[in-house]
Amino acid sequence: MNPRLALATAARVLNQVRHDPRTVALLLVVPSLLIGLMAWIFTNTKTFDIVGPALLGLFPFIVMFLITSITTLRERRSGTLERLMTMPLGKFDFLVGYTLAFGLLAILQSLIAVAYAVWVCGLAVSGSAWLLILVALVNAILGTTLGLFASAFATTEFQVIQFMPALVFPQILLGGIFVPRAQMPDVLRSISDWLPLSHSIDALQKVISRSDASGEVLRELGIVALWAVGLVVLGSITLRRRTP
Amino acid sequence: MNSSPAVEIANLRVHRGKLDVLRDLTLAVPRGQVVGLLGPSGSGKSTLMRSIVGAQKVAAGTITVFGVPAGAPALRKSIGYVTQAPSVYDDLTVTQNLRYFAQVIGAPRPDIQRVIHEVELEPQARQLAGDLSGGQRNRVSLAVALLGSPELLVLDEPTVGLDPVLRRDLWALFASLAARGVSLLVSSHVMDEARRCDRILLLHQGRLLADETPAGLLTLTGADDPDDAFLALVSGASA
Ligand SMILES: Nc1ncnc2c1ncn2[C@@H]1O[C@H](COP(=O)(O)OP(=O)(O)OP(=O)(O)O)[C@@H](O)[C@H]1O
Ligand SMILES: [Mg+2]
Repeated sequence: MNPRLALATAARVLNQVRHDPRTVALLLVVPSLLIGLMAWIFTNTKTFDIVGPALLGLFPFIVMFLITSITTLRERRSGTLERLMTMPLGKFDFLVGYTLAFGLLAILQSLIAVAYAVWVCGLAVSGSAWLLILVALVNAILGTTLGLFASAFATTEFQVIQFMPALVFPQILLGGIFVPRAQMPDVLRSISDWLPLSHSIDALQKVISRSDASGEVLRELGIVALWAVGLVVLGSITLRRRTP
Repeated sequence: MNSSPAVEIANLRVHRGKLDVLRDLTLAVPRGQVVGLLGPSGSGKSTLMRSIVGAQKVAAGTITVFGVPAGAPALRKSIGYVTQAPSVYDDLTVTQNLRYFAQVIGAPRPDIQRVIHEVELEPQARQLAGDLSGGQRNRVSLAVALLGSPELLVLDEPTVGLDPVLRRDLWALFASLAARGVSLLVSSHVMDEARRCDRILLLHQGRLLADETPAGLLTLTGADDPDDAFLALVSGASA
């Protein structure tokens, strides 16, 4: 891997996003609006304290998954990927470049969403707010790497959208937002133990509810990060210089 | 590098889907010449070019570029490739596109201005590629291939959609590159462009029908313009 080329690729991707101000605005503002709506719906109940943190983890994951898979799909279809693959650009330069660019966007998104949830919606965070942002960032990176991997199996934008119910929704359902994971049937529980999103939701809920859980949070994040690394490796296998 | 031809292909077979696109193709592209790759639509021109730049899975045969197997990492800096559909980022400006690709191949910065000038896009340099006309976008794609100092240019229909003046200018550019020692393989649908090549490869249903100079092609067929020569050869092969 060549860090200079990964950075050049990240800068290029950010430049592309910059020319699409509407996407940037949606990316940065919509999560906060939805969190605000949630807080409003659950006024006078304790539900927001459970759902709020999970949302902070879900948004970066889902948004980055969609954006990444669609941008890389476009790159495959427009021929720019074919061209890049005939040039001295390594596969990891490409994948890491994308991860860096969208990771940076995710940090911005998370800063805004966390600030809004804490200061405007009154979400109480017992742990460190920085740890909360770190969790959101790792989630975004997970979404980015899953998107990079999934785009290899899609030939149209429609298929990419279908990957949402296929790859993302089960993880949300099994992630412990609707029913705590401890109360799930054993089979589902053990499946859920293997899914990355379960661990990021656990991590979020620990940061929010306890001030002494930093070690456990980092351990959960470690599992999510392992998944992200694994997906980048899988992604590099699906990225072919020669195609049929 | 050594003295082998720019491209040397022996018994190349390529399948795409269920189709045998290239069937037992053997040919060479000499150094320092403009070689035209002609043939009916679907004859396998783009597939052949993809094979040469190492983007195509091949079923059998050998391809060497400057004596090195096609697709080898050592070749990635020395080949400029233009895909048939312009492959540039629509949501970047012309200059931003070129800056990124220049970074990837390690071309010096002044190269960006040079190639913009060579494809005559100075007035559009700060426009988004997506806002350009089809021919202008094609030229951005061509400009990317000219970055750095490629020793082989593989250009898939680079002059499609351009007016005669621009076409003439680009062919003059190709000739001057060849005079500097660059080897070019240029595919085209326009028979008129065949006259401007040093050699012509005529592809038909994945087989090589002719490997001639433009004059040789006319003598071979007894035709007096390239269009007729093309028709004579292709209808002879289909019969
Ligand atoms: N991705 C693909 N999958 C399956 N078959 C393909 C694919 N791309 C091209 N083909 C087939 O391979 C054959 C050769 O295609 P190719 O693009 O090489 O032709 P071409 O000579 O470049 O044509 P044109 O002048 O129209 O660009 C065609 O019959 C086409 O149908
Ligand atoms: Mg073609």
